[in-house]
Amino acid sequence: MSGAFVRTTTSPTVLRVDALVRRGEFDLDVGFDVQPGEVLGVLGPNGAGKSTLLRALAGLTPLTAGSIRLGDVVLDDTATDTFVPPADRPVGLVFQNYRLFPHLDVLDNVAFAPRSQGVPRAEARARATELLARFDLTELAARRPSQVSGGQAQRVALARALAATPLLLLLDEPLSALDARTRLDVRTQLRHHLADFPGPVLIVTHDPLEAMVLADRLLVIEEGRVVQSGPPGEVARRPATQYVARLVGLNLWRGRLGSDQRVVLADGGALVVAPADGLAAGDPVLVGLRPSAVTVSTERPEHGSARNVWPGRITGLELLADRVRVQVDGAPSTLVDITAAAVADLSLAAGQRIWLAAKATETDAYPDRPPASTGSAG
Amino acid sequence: MVRVVRVERSTGSIDRTRERGTMPWPLGIPAAVAVFFLLVPLVAMLVRAPWSGLTRILANSTVLDALRLSLLSASAATVASFVLGVPLAWMLARARWRGLSVLRALVTLPLVLPPVVGGVALLLAFGRNGVVGKAIYDWTGFALPFTTWGVVVAETFVAMPFLVVTVEGAFRAADQGFEEAAATLGASRMTIFRRVTLPLIGPSLVAGSVLCWARALGEFGATITFAGNNPDTQTMPIAVYLANESDTDAAIALSLVLLLVSVVVLVALRDRWLRQGPAL
Repeated sequence: MSGAFVRTTTSPTVLRVDALVRRGEFDLDVGFDVQPGEVLGVLGPNGAGKSTLLRALAGLTPLTAGSIRLGDVVLDDTATDTFVPPADRPVGLVFQNYRLFPHLDVLDNVAFAPRSQGVPRAEARARATELLARFDLTELAARRPSQVSGGQAQRVALARALAATPLLLLLDEPLSALDARTRLDVRTQLRHHLADFPGPVLIVTHDPLEAMVLADRLLVIEEGRVVQSGPPGEVARRPATQYVARLVGLNLWRGRLGSDQRVVLADGGALVVAPADGLAAGDPVLVGLRPSAVTVSTERPEHGSARNVWPGRITGLELLADRVRVQVDGAPSTLVDITAAAVADLSLAAGQRIWLAAKATETDAYPDRPPASTGSAG
Repeated sequence: MVRVVRVERSTGSIDRTRERGTMPWPLGIPAAVAVFFLLVPLVAMLVRAPWSGLTRILANSTVLDALRLSLLSASAATVASFVLGVPLAWMLARARWRGLSVLRALVTLPLVLPPVVGGVALLLAFGRNGVVGKAIYDWTGFALPFTTWGVVVAETFVAMPFLVVTVEGAFRAADQGFEEAAATLGASRMTIFRRVTLPLIGPSLVAGSVLCWARALGEFGATITFAGNNPDTQTMPIAVYLANESDTDAAIALSLVLLLVSVVVLVALRDRWLRQGPAL
């Protein structure tokens, strides 16, 4: 590997976070670990505390309580009154809007970190030139940030952060400033570049696809708390909250398992679910159901095989790429995906009363439990 | 009820039509009087200028001395204002101390203080028997008033607030996100200030310095009160005032030089002032 990572290969550094940050009414209270080389996707709605978490890790916002450790180094610990200021942390942060210095050209932006560490100008520029080459930015060296495209700026920002030879890399919504077409290319490149980074990586995002593609593991944060953590596939298959379910396009209901595989739902209604291991009557459960597994009819289906049949009223129709998502108000309220042809044949419209049906085997019932804390302290 | 106004829609004339339409005509008369009032003195000076004898008057050694002293002292005052004023502006913009707003009001007071009062105050502070000046005199045998240094001090006192106010506004408006980015890249506070904050507010530093220099160049009241009028302290404005008593042509000639400097300053700051909208 090239020189940029020399320092980072000396010892594997685990990031251990047990952080409380209070900001007025809001508080962020999270605990988790990230292994060297692991990419942790931090997913959550706006205002969940994702950016606050990155700021705390970078030292831009001190912890109210708790600690942040990177390998053997304590970056912040309120118990021992330790606080390493941002400039002294081996932490690279790629900001959401990149924050490239507008008065410096691309080369000097990337050379900024080595220069700040006291490296002579010529040597800092040589190091920056090497990084630019790795990121395919050599031709842009003399340009100002205002003269490069969004995707290029993203790479410059990453190169600039890596020029400081960080042990921990943080990316705040790395692709949100890009248009949809560049996003795809940049996402692929970013994944490639992150694979080379030997330390822990955190990527904050509210785009589930970005999180799925880039991250090895997901940490879902809502209202300052970790609500779910696990491999992206697992989170997508069995979301723990309504927010994640919406992101991955699943119906999700909370309820309690009764006898005969019947789940009484908290927000009204009941569903018969497929038998699942490790569930007993009386357990709190989550029930997931794919919108495409629900069928719609305009009259009550009399002779169907579906165990679940319930009435509802259409509140909205939304055209997706190859189907129509129908929002249905009922017990339970449900998202249903059907073809545009079906919408036409049944002449469905908002306000209309319809019947929904779903097989028990299409449902997925799993335990509803608070997320297991992976943090170092409880 | 809606009043319908016919607007000419042909390309290019829409803007002109709107501009004409937005000016209520009763405002036009005082506006015209104002333009007349502001421009006539300048025109009068150009009309009455002794154009044929101009070079002879300006080549006069007293005039040249006054011009040289003015340029040097205004430049020195600007350097002093920059070195002291930029850090002060940073403090006023960024520090979070109690009472800072009071301090801001006090240090910018010379903006509105009559310069003569400033001169008197300077004498009481730095004069041979002044609060600070006495100690300096007892210790070194040097007194500021009525020296070239006194000119620089008087000009700095009057002109520095212009720089401070301009630069403070720029520090306030500057995006601190860049400073945070610099911090995460390992830059110390001083490095951030030098390599990020100052370059980002570059245009305001230039504008504040030019403004400060122009103010120092035209300084009269505080300078004549604190530094008096002798060969070491006779700046252009003082020379103009004195010449006007005896030799009108010389006064006009000197004034033309200062007018020329003003025009140059205006051109230098055109992006700031000739643009529509609030300045400073």
